[in-house]
Amino acid sequence: MKKRSLKRRKATNRLVSVLALASALSGLFILGWILYTVFIRGALALNIDFFTELPAPPGMGGGGLINAMTGTVLLTVLATLIGVPVGMLAGIYLSEFSHGSRFAEWVRFFNNILMGTPSIIIGIFIYTIVVVPLGHFSAYSGAIALAIMMLPVVTRTTEDMLQMVPNAIREAALAMGTPRWKTTLVMLFRSARNGLITGILLAVARISGETAPLLFTAFNSPYWFERLDEPIANLTVTIFNYAMSPYDDWQQMAWGASLLIALGVLSVNLLTRFMLREKSDRPRRQKRSTMKTAYLKGNEA
Amino acid sequence: MTFFQERSTQNPSDNLFKIITMLAAGIILLILAALFVELISSSMLSIKTFGFNFLTRNVWNPIQEQFGAVSSIWGTLLSTFIAMLLAVPLSILVALFLVELSGPGLSRWISGGIELLAAIPSIIYGMWGLFVFAPFMAGYVQPALKTLFGDSSLFDGPPIGIGMLTAGSILAFMILPFITSVIRDVFMMVPPVLKESAYGMGATTWEVTRKVTIRYGIQGIIGAVFLGLGRAIGETMAVTFVIGNAHNISTSLFAPANSITATLANEFTEASEPMYLSSLIELGLVLFLITFIIQITAQLWLKRVKKSMGAQ
Repeated sequence: MKKRSLKRRKATNRLVSVLALASALSGLFILGWILYTVFIRGALALNIDFFTELPAPPGMGGGGLINAMTGTVLLTVLATLIGVPVGMLAGIYLSEFSHGSRFAEWVRFFNNILMGTPSIIIGIFIYTIVVVPLGHFSAYSGAIALAIMMLPVVTRTTEDMLQMVPNAIREAALAMGTPRWKTTLVMLFRSARNGLITGILLAVARISGETAPLLFTAFNSPYWFERLDEPIANLTVTIFNYAMSPYDDWQQMAWGASLLIALGVLSVNLLTRFMLREKSDRPRRQKRSTMKTAYLKGNEA
Repeated sequence: MTFFQERSTQNPSDNLFKIITMLAAGIILLILAALFVELISSSMLSIKTFGFNFLTRNVWNPIQEQFGAVSSIWGTLLSTFIAMLLAVPLSILVALFLVELSGPGLSRWISGGIELLAAIPSIIYGMWGLFVFAPFMAGYVQPALKTLFGDSSLFDGPPIGIGMLTAGSILAFMILPFITSVIRDVFMMVPPVLKESAYGMGATTWEVTRKVTIRYGIQGIIGAVFLGLGRAIGETMAVTFVIGNAHNISTSLFAPANSITATLANEFTEASEPMYLSSLIELGLVLFLITFIIQITAQLWLKRVKKSMGAQ
């Protein structure tokens, strides 16, 4: 074995420790840098008009993004209404009825693949099957694209959370003659409530900040939306268009919109963390770590 | 769960419920199958016209309707490679810090902060990248690299901030939390007795990490690398803002370039000709196949690792 002086080994060790500390701090520094920029620049864009007016042409000043705000909320709500029920049912199947069947193995496997599919591919897919046949961009095509982004995350969370409910609860309910669906939807959901809500909130937060799936589906619009089969204004695509434009006041608006998105997404994240940390008895702590993994894996896109 | 294996369905509603949930699960398979079929059928025109040349030719000319995807594919691969080169060592160091060097309280705060990096939407990385990080690269990092490495062709050309290196760096920040989180879990799974025996022999923390922890968890670390790779390669908005959107292949990391995702985001809605659109969709198909292969490899790998480690 090679002999090395203790001094040198200790020096190497110290160097690596310092590097490790620096790496950890640099991660935090980047986070701080991004948030600081978004807050400082975004705050300058916020005023009453920003929250109440329609967009103004470049150079005119004034104007706001009320249509894009309502559009993003609407798209997110629609996507949630489609994605959450389907995902929960699929999760129930995997947890309660699959019994290790081959079909369930395949679903689990491809659910993970779908989770890791780039969001822009989902956008193209919806473009080819919804937008092209109908001949125009539309709000519901955007909502469907977002729902597909949500689906695998909700499925996985539901399965994980239901798996954590003790079997005794199933046995007790079934022994009373409760039908299976009632056992699942009432008893199991009640026991897994916190975990499920957290999972759904995180999935909602995630899709509300998505841009790529909307570029070719919901598109964007400078107007109020009137019908679901028209392009709809939304914050993220607006940020993209405005930030890439050469106009200062549009770029300013984009910062304001970024601040809104960042505030929304981060507050949901912090809220869920708080929710899961609140009750710190053992099983909950386990739930928290599982949830975290589910969330991080869910972001593999 | 064995208790429930015999179908104890006295209630007829239960069969219905089971079928409904099964259909919902089937939708997932259906979506993926439809996605695959749609991408292939919509890019048929381009596949038939250009054949295999699509993957090897370096032209992108919408006016003459000549399309070859090499520059976009190259950009995707190179920007992802830069991201991995930066993010993997950084993640290992951060995980080392979280697991071995900091106390539990500090560790929780720092890992909480780093996980928040994963929550920031990519469009915000993009804006920040374009207006803050790219000027910073142009003003400080790129001139410094130039003076450090002199006339290396890697750092050729004017330091404009927009280009491959900036895109790769931002991707690295975006995947850092994912890789770190998995590597941290892997580090924590190393049996303490292994580490303690190395410490008992007088090894330093770094020696224990290098020779025991990393060696023990190498399979898990490779799995983490795959996860990061899968994510970085399909990232769209952040890359689109900073890569420069130029269909060329340059040896210089400072030069503007393109990636599959950036090409799609920029050109898809402008493509009115069937051939143009079909070529773009084929580009999407290429990306889908790349991520598909990475995902499958990663999943099979992780399954194997879990089996061999006997955990969970």
